[in-house]
Amino acid sequence: MTHAVLKIVVVGHVDHGKSTLVGRLLNDTGSLPHGKLEAVKAASEKRGVAFEWAFLLDALQAERDQGITIDTTQIRLKTKPRETIIIDAPGHREFLKNMITGASSADAAILVVDAVEGLQEQTRRHGYLLHLLGLRQVVVAVNKMDAVDYRPERFAEVSDQVQSYLSEIGVTAAHIVPLSAYKGDNVVARAKVLAWHAGPTLIEALSGFKSQALSTELPLRFPVQDVLKLDDRRILVGRIESGRLRVGDEILFSPSGKSARINSIENWGGKVPVIAAIAGQAIGITLDDHIFVERGQVGSHPIAAPRESRVFRVNLFWLGNHALEPGQRYKLRLATSEQVVEVERILKVVDLDDLKSEAITKVDRHAVAEVVLLAKGALALDEFPENARLGRFVLVDGYDIVGGGIVASADAEVARLAEAVKSRNLFPVGHRASLEARWLLNGHKGGVIWLTGLSGAGKSTIAMEVEHQLLRKGRQVYVLDGDNLRQGLNSDLGFSPEDRTENIRRVGEVAHLFAQAGAIVITAFISPYQADRDRVRTIQPEAFHEVYVKAGVPECAKRDPKGLYAKAIKGLIPEFTGISAPYEAPEEPEMTVETEGHSVESSVAQLLDYIESAFALENRENESALRG
Amino acid sequence: MNDLDALEQQSLFILREAFSRIEKLALLWSIGKDSCAVLWLVKKAFFGHVPFPIVHVDTGCKMDGMIEFRDKLAKDWNLPLIVGQNTAALKQGIGPQMGRVTCCEALKTDGLKAIVAEHGFKGIIAGIRRDEEGTRAKERVFSPRGVDSAWNLHDQPPEFWDQYTTSVPSGASIRIHPILHWTELDIWRYIERENIPVVDLYFDNGEGQRYRSLGCAPCTSPIQSRASSIAGIVAELETTTVSERSGRAQDKESEDAFEKLRANGYM
Repeated sequence: MTHAVLKIVVVGHVDHGKSTLVGRLLNDTGSLPHGKLEAVKAASEKRGVAFEWAFLLDALQAERDQGITIDTTQIRLKTKPRETIIIDAPGHREFLKNMITGASSADAAILVVDAVEGLQEQTRRHGYLLHLLGLRQVVVAVNKMDAVDYRPERFAEVSDQVQSYLSEIGVTAAHIVPLSAYKGDNVVARAKVLAWHAGPTLIEALSGFKSQALSTELPLRFPVQDVLKLDDRRILVGRIESGRLRVGDEILFSPSGKSARINSIENWGGKVPVIAAIAGQAIGITLDDHIFVERGQVGSHPIAAPRESRVFRVNLFWLGNHALEPGQRYKLRLATSEQVVEVERILKVVDLDDLKSEAITKVDRHAVAEVVLLAKGALALDEFPENARLGRFVLVDGYDIVGGGIVASADAEVARLAEAVKSRNLFPVGHRASLEARWLLNGHKGGVIWLTGLSGAGKSTIAMEVEHQLLRKGRQVYVLDGDNLRQGLNSDLGFSPEDRTENIRRVGEVAHLFAQAGAIVITAFISPYQADRDRVRTIQPEAFHEVYVKAGVPECAKRDPKGLYAKAIKGLIPEFTGISAPYEAPEEPEMTVETEGHSVESSVAQLLDYIESAFALENRENESALRG
Repeated sequence: MNDLDALEQQSLFILREAFSRIEKLALLWSIGKDSCAVLWLVKKAFFGHVPFPIVHVDTGCKMDGMIEFRDKLAKDWNLPLIVGQNTAALKQGIGPQMGRVTCCEALKTDGLKAIVAEHGFKGIIAGIRRDEEGTRAKERVFSPRGVDSAWNLHDQPPEFWDQYTTSVPSGASIRIHPILHWTELDIWRYIERENIPVVDLYFDNGEGQRYRSLGCAPCTSPIQSRASSIAGIVAELETTTVSERSGRAQDKESEDAFEKLRANGYM
């Protein structure tokens, strides 16, 4: 029972007859509910206005009062062999966002042009947007032929006009149909008065279009939507946007660069295990290794990974009330990822009246432009022509979606274009900025992750890897350890209990200075005494996170990465923690990372999980038991 | 994937998106076929779990068998059920005799607002569909509501490429419509395929009539039908030209009754 539905968007200039056409299609395909036509006719009569086909769609009072369609409606046509869904898009310039909402999910478009007026401003604009939205199946309806006495000469003039415009913007109309929606000529029934037209009627033209095919043959793109923790398992959920995957496949997650194999494809309630899934499926998978994965990362096969880029050239349409200008920042959402981007430069704004592209310094509401964006952290993406699903994005300002666009290029050339910017501070901070202002700029809170544990427990290894991972994501992060502090600031200190205490005091102060500058500071010191750690905590308790990196002395002595235990056991190092000096394990740490019997990967993932939730700005909530 | 699979997969995506992006979610359960299907989709999306409360706004005059069905399913499926009622309005004797729209607003809309306020829900999942009715056809999948739950249908946010409006100012909320793109026929085919429990009122029990849409007893009437099984309903719907909500009296108080109800926060 596979019957695809064809989704059609109807666009065109205001008053060129879009709603009339849809009303006519509804009626002539027998798709109206019983009595609907009569009810609307009666209501028109009651209101003392002549019935119009458009009234059928304008189910809302306000629309009838204003005489224009306000919002997109989706209407089903009972057509054979497959159903057609008509998205009636408004023609009023102010309502462009509704037209885009409608057109973005369509398989094909009807561009309605008035035979009397010919090509108008919104005919151009909508045509161009169809091109930007990636709609390639277009039929042009030259409407109101009755008003030009069905003259083939006028039809030829309008056809030429439309065709030459469309070819300029790279759109090819499959058919151009002369018709009258009002009279019902050449919509469903072929009209005798238009017998000179050899091509199809509108409905015949539509039947030749295809439903959008899912991209199962493109490389795998699996954007992670969420990580659910269920019954002691971590299930990665998301929709496969393109390609396919199988149990056992190695999946690389970008931009983290971590990979693991698929252990299972979850199939709740299913009778047989699922071993493969394809584009369009919303699935849950488990992995064979506990790596750090979060919403926004994109799973792929290692041989065909998406691009990772911070700088890219885009074509966008702007819906914001305030103009888009260089230097402004927005949230960019691409598949499930979200990143702060800065408008690096506006390359051109497209003037739709004559398609001239002019160098302009801002993009006004409803304009279309070519822009270079600079993201705070790396994004996994594809160029639009390679893979549309991972090559398109929206921009968000505050609570609102203010624009959409496609990634035209994310290659080295674009990176060079932005080369000059690299030296410039991307997100500058004024001198009188508050801590909150710094957090907002960074996109996360600052604070101290205080790792404590025996020598060899894994503190530095974990700290360095976590720092690396956070940096890739654009976080402000820095590791303080013995190497960078004991060589300078603390070079006057030894390893006596007093000197250890002073060492920790200084490290604590420095760490909190970094935290006040908005950074996530990770410290990697044995810091054996509870009292010393408590003292550091008192500097700024809410920003202090004590993390116990736990491994026993025998295990650490076995690892002994620097050969220190061997020396200490021989008595060559005095006051060596765990051998000849005490270690006081934390009494109430914020978290404990067990490194004995666990891989570094898994410890790193655990700590990253903690940091991402503890340092998140907007409480990305739902703190239920499910949150992974 | 067939067409039902495609609809289902899109709904799972929407439900997970809501769960990932919106704090304090709840699912509105009317006990009708659509919200039962949504409930099933939630279990699928979260692998047998129901990770947020299920809210039923009880008007005190639901039809026979609906409350029993609710309580049994809640027990069988171990649902985190919250039942809310506008007891103040019921005490005042609010009923359809005072005007159907007034009654709906007091018992359903205000009843819902009270629960939302009490629990601080930021997102409400509702099982409405575009093909039900003209104003629902204009809905977004993620539909922001103002502080008083009002729907500004003349200035809805753009929604494309599955990127939804998922954050709103404090005090405002979001309605999430995971089956907006389904039809009545799709729902029945899905209920049949997945074997989802529904109230018996949908079937003819030998009297030659059945309910096509369920609501409160005083304002809901049956249709003439001999369909006593899901297959019978599917066959009936494939040829019908009668609208689904034809048995719902509150829609017909005036030409724009339903639009007004919805603009004020009705589901």
